[in-house]
Amino acid sequence: MRAPTGPEVAVGDVLLSVENVSLAFGGVKAVSDVSFDIRKGEIRAIIGPNGAGKTSMLNVINGFYHPQDGRITFKGQTRGQMRPHDAAYGGIARTFQNVALFRGMTALDNIMTGRSLRMRRGFIWQLLRHGPALREEVEHRHRVEEIIDFLKIQEIRRVPVGRLPYGLQKRVELGRALAMEPELLLLDEPMAGMNIEEKEDMSRFILDVNDYYGTTIALIEHDMGVVMDLSDRVVVLDHGIKIADGTPDEVKNDKTVIDAYLGVAH
Amino acid sequence: MFYREAGQFKTTYAADAALFPILQDKLGIALILVAAFILVPLVASDFVIDSVLTPILVFSLAAIGLNLLTGYTGLLSLGTAGFMGVGAFACYKLATLFPGINILVMIVCAGFFAAAAGIVFGLPSLRIKGFYLAVATLASQFFLSWCFIRIPWLYNYNVSASIEVPTRTLYGLPITGPTATPITRYLIVLAIVSVMTWLASNLIRGRIGRTWMAVRDMDIAAELIGIKLYPTKLLAFAVSSFYCGVAGAMLVFLWLGNAESESFGINQSFIILFMVIIGGLGSLLGSFLGAALIWGLPIVLRSAAATFNLPLNAATVEQMTFMILGALIIFFLIVEPSGLARLWQIGKQKLRVWPFPY
Amino acid sequence: MHLLYQIFIDPFVQMGTAPDLLVQTLWEGLVAGVLYSLIALGFVLIFKASGVFNFAQGIMVVFAALALVGFYQHGVPAFLALGLTVVVMLLLAFAVERLILRPLVNQPDIILFMATFGLTYFLIGFGELIFGGDPKVMISSQLGLPSGSYQIKMLGGFVQLQKIDIAAAIIASLMVAVLAIFFQKTRIGRALRAVADSHRAALSVGISLEQIWVIVWFAAGIVALATGIMWGARSNVSFALEIIALKALPVLILGGFTSIPGAIVGGIIIGVGEKIGEFYWGPLFGSGIEDWLAYVIALVFLLFRPQGLFGERIIERI
Repeated sequence: MRAPTGPEVAVGDVLLSVENVSLAFGGVKAVSDVSFDIRKGEIRAIIGPNGAGKTSMLNVINGFYHPQDGRITFKGQTRGQMRPHDAAYGGIARTFQNVALFRGMTALDNIMTGRSLRMRRGFIWQLLRHGPALREEVEHRHRVEEIIDFLKIQEIRRVPVGRLPYGLQKRVELGRALAMEPELLLLDEPMAGMNIEEKEDMSRFILDVNDYYGTTIALIEHDMGVVMDLSDRVVVLDHGIKIADGTPDEVKNDKTVIDAYLGVAH
Repeated sequence: MFYREAGQFKTTYAADAALFPILQDKLGIALILVAAFILVPLVASDFVIDSVLTPILVFSLAAIGLNLLTGYTGLLSLGTAGFMGVGAFACYKLATLFPGINILVMIVCAGFFAAAAGIVFGLPSLRIKGFYLAVATLASQFFLSWCFIRIPWLYNYNVSASIEVPTRTLYGLPITGPTATPITRYLIVLAIVSVMTWLASNLIRGRIGRTWMAVRDMDIAAELIGIKLYPTKLLAFAVSSFYCGVAGAMLVFLWLGNAESESFGINQSFIILFMVIIGGLGSLLGSFLGAALIWGLPIVLRSAAATFNLPLNAATVEQMTFMILGALIIFFLIVEPSGLARLWQIGKQKLRVWPFPY
Repeated sequence: MHLLYQIFIDPFVQMGTAPDLLVQTLWEGLVAGVLYSLIALGFVLIFKASGVFNFAQGIMVVFAALALVGFYQHGVPAFLALGLTVVVMLLLAFAVERLILRPLVNQPDIILFMATFGLTYFLIGFGELIFGGDPKVMISSQLGLPSGSYQIKMLGGFVQLQKIDIAAAIIASLMVAVLAIFFQKTRIGRALRAVADSHRAALSVGISLEQIWVIVWFAAGIVALATGIMWGARSNVSFALEIIALKALPVLILGGFTSIPGAIVGGIIIGVGEKIGEFYWGPLFGSGIEDWLAYVIALVFLLFRPQGLFGERIIERI
């Protein structure tokens, strides 16, 4: 398993860009001819009414869906479609709308799976465990414990995630994504279903990840307050089309955006 | 609980990740091993060793094999007995073709043959998932069963299509064939099973076990983390079949002394699947418990019949076993889908807080 | 070289030189296929209506047939025995609903699937205990089923069609037609489809899950009974049938799990494919390839079209 590769991108330069991406399922057009970019080090929000194609867009970036048209450029490399491995190896991690944790495992194990990419010891060493495999396990355990400290989930390390309350599950999922040491973190509605305090906590974590680890973040979010406070730039989708792209203030006052949210036919 | 578990703090991650982190558990397992290796041969009768303990150990290993594939990786397989058969027949051919080489080496090599078969029949697992994969494993089961009858070379052209185990020795002591004593065979099986169980537990606790469980729980998410699905699944098939192959070879060489093709038919696959379901999917302990329960059931029935003087012939015992087995499976699935292993855990938990209810 | 000839040329030559044998084999395959379809039909019924994959369908066929013969052997007249067996299948449906389905409602499908394993083994043991394990003769003549055969002169030789086979094909077609109409047109049929989609949603609109499940398992039981009679009439009634019933699984893979026409088409493809394969290519491999050919056909199919001929494409969403 190779460690992430790719040329270094300077802060402020374009880390990932999608160009003229179109995605359809049978007759349903999820995304039509959308282009935008994400700069390194920024927090980019993707917003829009329900069904706008936001999650589909993330899935395309991840390599889970393959667009019929368009290109994705990540760290200077352009391709017609991402493959999940390339995305993961390249340093893209994500969380999911409906928490996609491994329910049969503990929180600690879930986050440890995020280290899979970087664990190299082969099958024979794993069989023996004592020796190089155990040393590697301990080394990665150190890193995972740092993340656990960061997210303040020490008490629930050994709890099977299926038993955790929703807010904690989302934190564990964030931890698993962070364990991949991603350059680009895709967050799909990280605040969904949370109360005010939980949202404040999660916002603090997102800002800290961006500050402390320098991770570029793209997030889908419905809470406008969160979007305005957290993000550097915003792109707005509606019915699969991009209708606005700019700073939070620009977008907030854009007439097409207001119409889309209020449901004015256009 | 019998001993206090709290208060034992680990100061290194390595200690925390050990197989038996608690001192008393370590002592406990050491005691069990001592009892198994030393006490049992001294105390137990040949009948108990040969008809109860050895087969339970052999089937536990096969159950571990299936558990690795189905319980940990989530790939339902109905072809377990087929892979056991590959191991058994491979061992037989190797033993008869190379009589001078140590039979233990042959048993391990037979495992590799089974692993190869596992990889071949696991190839569809990329495109095919879940229930459909189970039907594909039926293809492998029926095909292998057919091979065991229709390829006479496998059983050295024996007229009755069965194999008789030749005598092989270890340091001059016969361990297979008619002259090997039950105790000798039991100890060899115990040694092999202990080592292989330990190896399996190492795999499970490390990176590979986690990737298997990730594939089981949500393969899409696993892929997006960077886990390669296909190699992971094929590895599961390979390792699982290796275990089943060794179990099959041991079944023939170290327990029964002979075999027919029916020994590795679809019914055997189901029995092992039941052991895994009842014992607990995703639990090594469960494999042993399930094997013990299912193997022990007819024996218990027969003894009960003898004790209460009920006239039960062999066929009736078998029928009642089927019925009780079927009912047990349904019962476990309703009450505790995680099987006996989970019941064991719940029991331990209750003991921990006893006499308080929670 | 010779091997290639044997595989690719010879069988077709054989087909050409003795076309009456070919027709005979095709007919045998068709009949076997129809019977596979009937078993698959029972699966489809239950799966369509409850999302449960009933592994025990095969043993239900055996059980129904055994019950019928058992009643007759105890002196009950043939048609009364038939009626009693229908009652038995109804009781079985009630028992399954009460003891297995109700406690396991809302559990993942794989758990229910494994529960039907348990049911299978239970019925095997129970059936053998009550009825005994030796093969029995089906009471076909007492039920009014024809015997004997038609000999048709064609294509330079003879083709023999057993009357019972013709009867089986007709009865199977009738059953399929009735079931298809039932599902599409009636209120209960709609309710069945709703339950298959989502237990919770069906409950929330007031559909009684228990009733639906009893109805559908009973229907599957009737199909099983018909299958058991047909099959038993052609060969004996024994527990070996249980293993043959597993062949319905490749049929379902081909035809899809929720399609009634698919079960028919799949069954015929498997039946014909098996017989032709066994007859013309079997001797090459040493015969008996019938044991696994169906599964391999299904496997190959799965690799190209994972959802079967008629099934719906599963789109995974995250």
